[in-house]
Amino acid sequence: MAKQVTGAYDDRNFIQKLFHLKGKSEKQREREAKPEYQAIDTSRMQLVIKDRARNADQLAKAQKVAHIIFLVITYAFLIFMSVIVLFPFYWMVITSLKSTTEIRSLHQTFFPQNVLWSNYITVFNSFDFVTYVGNTLLVGVISTAGTLVTTIFAAFAFARLNFTGKGALFAILLATMMIPGEMMVITNYITVSRLPWYEFGKGMQEGWLNNKDSVFAAMIVPFWVSVFYIYLLRQNFKQIPNELYLAAKVDGKSDWQYLWKVMVPLAMPTLISIFILKLMGAWNSYVWPNLVTTSNKEWRLVTNALRGSFTNSSGDPEYGIQMAATILVTVPLLLLFIFFRKYIMRGVGRAGIKG
Amino acid sequence: MANEVSKPKRRFNILSIFRRKERVSADAGERNNWKAWLYLAPTIILMAVFTFYPLINTIVIAFLKNYDYISQVHEGFTMENFGVVLGLVGRSEMMNADGIYESIFRWNCTRFESDGVVGIYLNSEGVVSRAYFTMNVIRYAFPNTLLITFITVPLSIIIALLISIGLNSIPAFKKFFQTIFFIPYVTNAIAVGMVFAVLFDYKGILNYLLGLGTLTWIDQAAPAWRGMIALCVYIIWHSLPFKILIFLSGLQNIDKQYYDAAKIDCAGKMKTMLNVTVPLLSPQILYIMITSFIGSFKEYTSVVGLFGQQGTSPGSYNMYTVVYYIYDMVNSNVQYGAAAAVLLFLVIMLFTAIQFKVSKTRVHY
Repeated sequence: MAKQVTGAYDDRNFIQKLFHLKGKSEKQREREAKPEYQAIDTSRMQLVIKDRARNADQLAKAQKVAHIIFLVITYAFLIFMSVIVLFPFYWMVITSLKSTTEIRSLHQTFFPQNVLWSNYITVFNSFDFVTYVGNTLLVGVISTAGTLVTTIFAAFAFARLNFTGKGALFAILLATMMIPGEMMVITNYITVSRLPWYEFGKGMQEGWLNNKDSVFAAMIVPFWVSVFYIYLLRQNFKQIPNELYLAAKVDGKSDWQYLWKVMVPLAMPTLISIFILKLMGAWNSYVWPNLVTTSNKEWRLVTNALRGSFTNSSGDPEYGIQMAATILVTVPLLLLFIFFRKYIMRGVGRAGIKG
Repeated sequence: MANEVSKPKRRFNILSIFRRKERVSADAGERNNWKAWLYLAPTIILMAVFTFYPLINTIVIAFLKNYDYISQVHEGFTMENFGVVLGLVGRSEMMNADGIYESIFRWNCTRFESDGVVGIYLNSEGVVSRAYFTMNVIRYAFPNTLLITFITVPLSIIIALLISIGLNSIPAFKKFFQTIFFIPYVTNAIAVGMVFAVLFDYKGILNYLLGLGTLTWIDQAAPAWRGMIALCVYIIWHSLPFKILIFLSGLQNIDKQYYDAAKIDCAGKMKTMLNVTVPLLSPQILYIMITSFIGSFKEYTSVVGLFGQQGTSPGSYNMYTVVYYIYDMVNSNVQYGAAAAVLLFLVIMLFTAIQFKVSKTRVHY
């Protein structure tokens, strides 16, 4: 095309210049101008793979560089995100050690000018922290123990025993996990405020919400069953080989002995996961305790007491004291996480595999 | 459910559970009915009282007129509770001889824009009446809940996906980062909400770092959209760890062969991510989508944590959510709470059904 339009260069001349072919015969020129006719020295042949004018070595190098750049970006992203994730914790600690004037000054400091421990002392003096933690632990431990018992029994029945309607019952239990808990809270509140309660010295009382023992019962009993944990433990029980069961039967062990002597010890990791997750759930529970402990502030759990405390006379929040209390609530959870990280992450991770 | 998801050949059929299978297996042995039911008795009794009965009872309460839960008195069945929740029906209350207002429904009143008492008047017999609408749900709770859902769910899924793909592709410090990203999971929603309240304070660190002066985010004077931003940031922060954990366990189960095949085909990192990783992770993404949709429809403790006991600035319902309304009504007008709970239940069921339907075509098993 270009030749036709401009006529600027001769095709033959161009090839001659390119291959320094001046002064050779027409035939030679023709042969040598086409590289495919050239004699090939196979002993010195080299395979060159090219992609966009880069050979394999260059390509590998480029790939390596790209990989390093990718890693740098990935690490930078992960570090950035972990700073975001951790920053609230850092700020919580820093704020708890600052004075109110420093917290609310226009020039924020990333480290307290003078480290102040008085916020923590104020928490213990003005806020019945020990009582609330005691309440929470009591509720947490008893509801967890109850949950473990019902869960072990139910999981055993579903995993090992054979009975009419097993599949249907299990499907119904799983279906209840789809129902939002708010549906239950409404009626459960009515139920516990109307159920009879026997109080020593006073006889039968109507309602669970006016007496300390019954309020605690109201915080514990409805949470003795967890379908999700039944599912989790059943899956675990099912993995235990049948041969063990048959061997136990040959040895003359009853189902009851088999459950406690073989299955429970083998499923210990799952049981520990359930125990810790349930305990953390009690520590973090807010909605239900908030509803049932309205008659006496002394019966509240730690999370309920936390919110709405520590405002000064004009209604402004005392952030330093608030953060000190928040740390006291958060640290036990973090300690649990440090010591039982494996169990917690495994228990939570199972949730996803289960679906 | 994921079991069914991951094994397409064994589709779960609801009828199959009623079909009695005559299996002869070593573990089953003979049917020991009474023994099994004995083991199940604690679970079944507790669930009957605290799960199955409440489920039915709440639905019944949603249809009761002027239900008083203490005396268990009501005035028959009605649909009006739903109308009140949706702001379609105004209520007028009449003071009785004891000086207590008794509510009466009035259909087809003109709708009022504001919430609360519309007017107090004396009728011909000299009885004090007052008329009012409950507009909180339709004006604040539903829009807020939908907003929270449609902002936080996609954003947190994308961020969690990026983080977990990043975590999966780094050679070192994987466990270290994984632990850091899991920490928000083991925190108290109320406590950390209070920390975020400090961060978003008008004299707080966020304004200082971004150079925004004394911009209000969560205070009474703050506009609703800024409160919503603060709330969404907190919800996303708090919901990341669970998602990352699930995505990461899904990523670790993906066969390396797929990536080798993608490499041979000269697929770039981006292409590999979009065409290999995301489709193979789709069961986990579906699971996370459903659970986080349900979770964000029920957002409550994050609101309490961030905005305080009243949940919103006093007297205003800027950050009201549906579940907030339900818990507000438990003590006073339980029938409206029940009606809202039933509506919430239906909406959640609808969304879950839609997602399952969509997933049938989109989810790669």
